[in-house]
Amino acid sequence: MVPLNRLKESASQTAGPYVHIGCVPNFCGIEGVFPHDLGDTMVNDQTKGQRIGVTGTIFDGTGAPLKDAMVEIWQADAAGLYNSPAETRGTADQNFSGWGRKASDYATGEWCFDTIKPGAVPFPDGRMQAPHITFWIVARGINLGLQTRMYFPDEDNTADPFLTRIEHQARVPTLIAEATNDATYRFNICLQGNGETIFFDI
Amino acid sequence: MSNRKSAGGFFMRDTNWHPAALTPQYKTSVVRAPRRALLSMPQTMSEVTGPVFGHNIIGDLDNDLTLNYSQDGNSAIGPRIIVYGRVIDENGHGIPGALVEVWQANAGGRYRHAKEGYVAPLDPNFGGCGRFITDEDGGYEFRTIQPGPYPWPNRANDWRPAHIHFSVFGDGFAQRLITQMYFEGDPMIWQCPIVDTIPTPEGIETLIATLDMAATIPMDARAYRFDIVLRGRRATLFENRMEGA
Repeated sequence: MVPLNRLKESASQTAGPYVHIGCVPNFCGIEGVFPHDLGDTMVNDQTKGQRIGVTGTIFDGTGAPLKDAMVEIWQADAAGLYNSPAETRGTADQNFSGWGRKASDYATGEWCFDTIKPGAVPFPDGRMQAPHITFWIVARGINLGLQTRMYFPDEDNTADPFLTRIEHQARVPTLIAEATNDATYRFNICLQGNGETIFFDI
Repeated sequence: MSNRKSAGGFFMRDTNWHPAALTPQYKTSVVRAPRRALLSMPQTMSEVTGPVFGHNIIGDLDNDLTLNYSQDGNSAIGPRIIVYGRVIDENGHGIPGALVEVWQANAGGRYRHAKEGYVAPLDPNFGGCGRFITDEDGGYEFRTIQPGPYPWPNRANDWRPAHIHFSVFGDGFAQRLITQMYFEGDPMIWQCPIVDTIPTPEGIETLIATLDMAATIPMDARAYRFDIVLRGRRATLFENRMEGA
């Protein structure tokens, strides 16, 4: 037998309650080390596309908000391109990072991103996916970061190749944000319970 | 293809190797662990792409925790150490340009954080955060002080072993990982409920840094080696297009 010599991924460990120190130090009062917290600003006044706010709260199995979570989002620009070297289809809007990071508010657990509505991105077979934002969530008590997606209530999600693959269609609404006005969406995330958000292994 | 090394999707994540979501010995996981199975989905552009950070974001002292919060030229208190190693993928390829962020308690085991209640004192010259971007081979190093162990609210008398938290970006958002580094020879490792969430001793061993006296700076700092492995990518001649391209 030829040995494959593959390595194992480093085992995950929880981000713990003090994730802010390393990832958003200015948020937690450690100022003067880094000029600002990475991911705190995704857009500038040149960014193309419709400005939106995306806000939400993460709830545990007792219904309590997580006040020590950190949320990262990753999304395409208004034209559906990712600002990444791995993007092969074109060049994304250089005035849009596509990546954001926020900590839950210490008092309420709420987080909020100022971003733009993403364009559609293809599925591997070439069909277009409905506009969506990829979420990655870490916190004390979460041993491996949780990945999910947010879709928009005012887009046509009926033919989305990702959503239509889901066996339990009754759970799909957990991935669709609520429009609170023309430019703000609320995406609450439930870690447990009847409304448990769908999390992905991708 | 020049991009053959990174053309394909990521290897399946081995969820038997990582901690399960529900690990009752780590009590907080009980109400925060999703109860339903994760849904497995094909990787799309949304997962195989990811943000990249330029070296221009890194300041001169970002990788020196002994000095980056200190005042008036004072250095943080504690055993001075260098932590070095490589960020590589499961194929053993170095990952260049990877952003790594680290955070830790001070030498007494106290974090600089509003929600921290341990009696050990703050060190006025220690903030506890650092960051760096890997070089062309995936290599990195930073200087810090060895953190102390500390008690935490779980069972009545649980203590964390000395550890440094690592947040790591790879090339794709699906590689995103947060983990912790422990120190060779620390008996507290094997008593910790958070370490114990990792199912196998082999998995735990991958998080234990090795004392490397050959890499020490004489009369200054000892050195620990810690390699971080991120998910590997498929690379075959039959798969030389990015998903979705």
